Amino acid sequence: MKTKWKASPYLYILPAFALLFAFRLIPIVMSFVISFFDWSIKGTGKFIGLINYANMLKDEVFWQSMTNTFWLVIIVVPASIVFSLLFAVMLNQIKALKGLFRTVYFMPFVTSLVAVSIVWKIMFNEQTGLMNTMIGWVGIEPQKWLSEARGIFEIFFSGMGITLPKWLGGPSQALFAIIIMTVWKGLGYNTIIYLAGLQNISKVYYEAAEIDGASKMKQFWRITLPLVSPTTFYVLIMTTIVSFQAFAQIYLMTDKGGPLNTTKLIVYYIYEKGFDTLDMGYASAVALALFILILGLTVLQKRLEKHVNY
Amino acid sequence: MNEKMRMSIIYTVLTIFGLGMIVPFIWMISTSLMTQAEFNKHESTFIPKETYYEWNHSSTNGEPTSKVAKQKVILVTQNATNSIIHTLDKEGKIVQEYLSVPSSEVKKITKIPSFHWDNYTKAFKKVPFATYFGNTLYVSFLSLIGVLITSMLAAYAFARMEFTGRDFFFYLFLSMMMVPEPIYLISSYVLLDKINWLDTYQALIIPWCVNIFTIFLFRQHFKSLPQELFDAAAIDGCSTFGMLWRIMIPLSKPIIATASIFSLIGSWNSFMWPLVMTNRPELRVLQVGLSYFNQEASTQTSLLMAASTFSIVPILILFFLAQKQIIASYAKAGLKD
Repeated sequence: MKTKWKASPYLYILPAFALLFAFRLIPIVMSFVISFFDWSIKGTGKFIGLINYANMLKDEVFWQSMTNTFWLVIIVVPASIVFSLLFAVMLNQIKALKGLFRTVYFMPFVTSLVAVSIVWKIMFNEQTGLMNTMIGWVGIEPQKWLSEARGIFEIFFSGMGITLPKWLGGPSQALFAIIIMTVWKGLGYNTIIYLAGLQNISKVYYEAAEIDGASKMKQFWRITLPLVSPTTFYVLIMTTIVSFQAFAQIYLMTDKGGPLNTTKLIVYYIYEKGFDTLDMGYASAVALALFILILGLTVLQKRLEKHVNY
Repeated sequence: MNEKMRMSIIYTVLTIFGLGMIVPFIWMISTSLMTQAEFNKHESTFIPKETYYEWNHSSTNGEPTSKVAKQKVILVTQNATNSIIHTLDKEGKIVQEYLSVPSSEVKKITKIPSFHWDNYTKAFKKVPFATYFGNTLYVSFLSLIGVLITSMLAAYAFARMEFTGRDFFFYLFLSMMMVPEPIYLISSYVLLDKINWLDTYQALIIPWCVNIFTIFLFRQHFKSLPQELFDAAAIDGCSTFGMLWRIMIPLSKPIIATASIFSLIGSWNSFMWPLVMTNRPELRVLQVGLSYFNQEASTQTSLLMAASTFSIVPILILFFLAQKQIIASYAKAGLKD
């Protein structure tokens, strides 16, 4: 039996609803509206229809930011999934020091992105940074990292004497440095999620596999990987959404998305257009494009999940 | 492959990657303890090492004196008998230039490890970090209170009451959670500008006094409480609000802890919003202050590293004190999906 309530439930959701209405719903709708205006910082702006969107499609920096963002997402997401699953599978098998390792892996996730961005910026410094010191230990010559605009594939192949065409150059080494740092920052969270997912897999399957004489490798491919796939989809979707929003790294580690705009990511571009160029209508149009992109990818991944899950 | 072998491979791999995960922190701390000159010379990587010359004038003109004075100096040239030096004061500024002294009185000193803790006080005083810390604490604390109040009230209604439009509101909340912050950043700025909230504390606090995820966390928990509790309370004449206050909240301590951890870590680390919504230096929160310090002191590596260190220490302390709880909370929240 449900109790009869006297007080109105609406009063209970009112505080949350009022705040969400004022500071979430209204801004979201406004964002849509502003994108149709020539809106500078003060005043109300002028309605210009789809001009912002038309300009966006012609804007080379917009496309470059999109391409950069795609590179980041396409590398960060799989790298993060592979490494965090690997760590989780290993952590799941040990007893001693498990807590220590978990803590160590999780530490970057709870620390502020601003502080670690500063640390990584200095680590990637050409002359004094730790990165060049460490790759020096294994005999690799110093790299320019954050000030290198050439693509990583271009650099790799030019080392072998092959000149790649520009469009095959890949993300710049500067962006690659950002990617390394971004994977590092989020790895611990995904590892913990995977660890929890692995603990949900019943031991029975592994015991049966042992009796059948299946190797550990085979057990991983045939049992662990399929049964942990709901977690994989969660990690996939969350990491994709978060990676699309990377901002602080760019703000702190690069000079306005340089060199040559090769580290300009889409959210940084929104920030720049909105608060440096003060073209808020245009920035809102870009923000909306990003939203549609994220939404589309999330829906796509959810669809895929329905096909794959066990 | 036998079990022992497999385990040692696992531990080796975990250790190597584990080192990779904390190396930036270790380097941050060791760099924060070096002098700038030492960092630039790039002699040691992890253990702060300092090399300098000292003029030991325990003797003057060959006559031993009772006064033993040691002074840091810069060595200009040196031959077997005489050395040309600049003498330095405590701050490292040159006092006397081109002084000629006997070479036997000049010694090379190497100090390992040499910790320059004063980098921390220097960095802390260079910009008003105390204000930044204060602002962050103030903002984090007030939004935490706000989040707990609004979440528990809304979750109570969603979990244990029936009303028209409940599902509508629930899905409305859910869909708003799906919209990432950068999407409504520009329009929020325009909105806060219109209501004259830019550059105020309330711009940093009020919009963050609600957290949709926390509402779901509480709703999930409130739903799991047995109905009998409420029936019994109703018979005893407990009011609707009384049930929340006397029954549900005391039974929700772990969820309150989880929600507080998420909220505190979230507001401590929040950056984009305060960066955009405030401009006055006295309103800067820690992360924004740190990012300005990054621009102002970009060449003073050790001070930057010191500032980075003390800005993450409070969260790390919280993390180490409650790491089991924190890690379990994140894991559980992730699985709820």
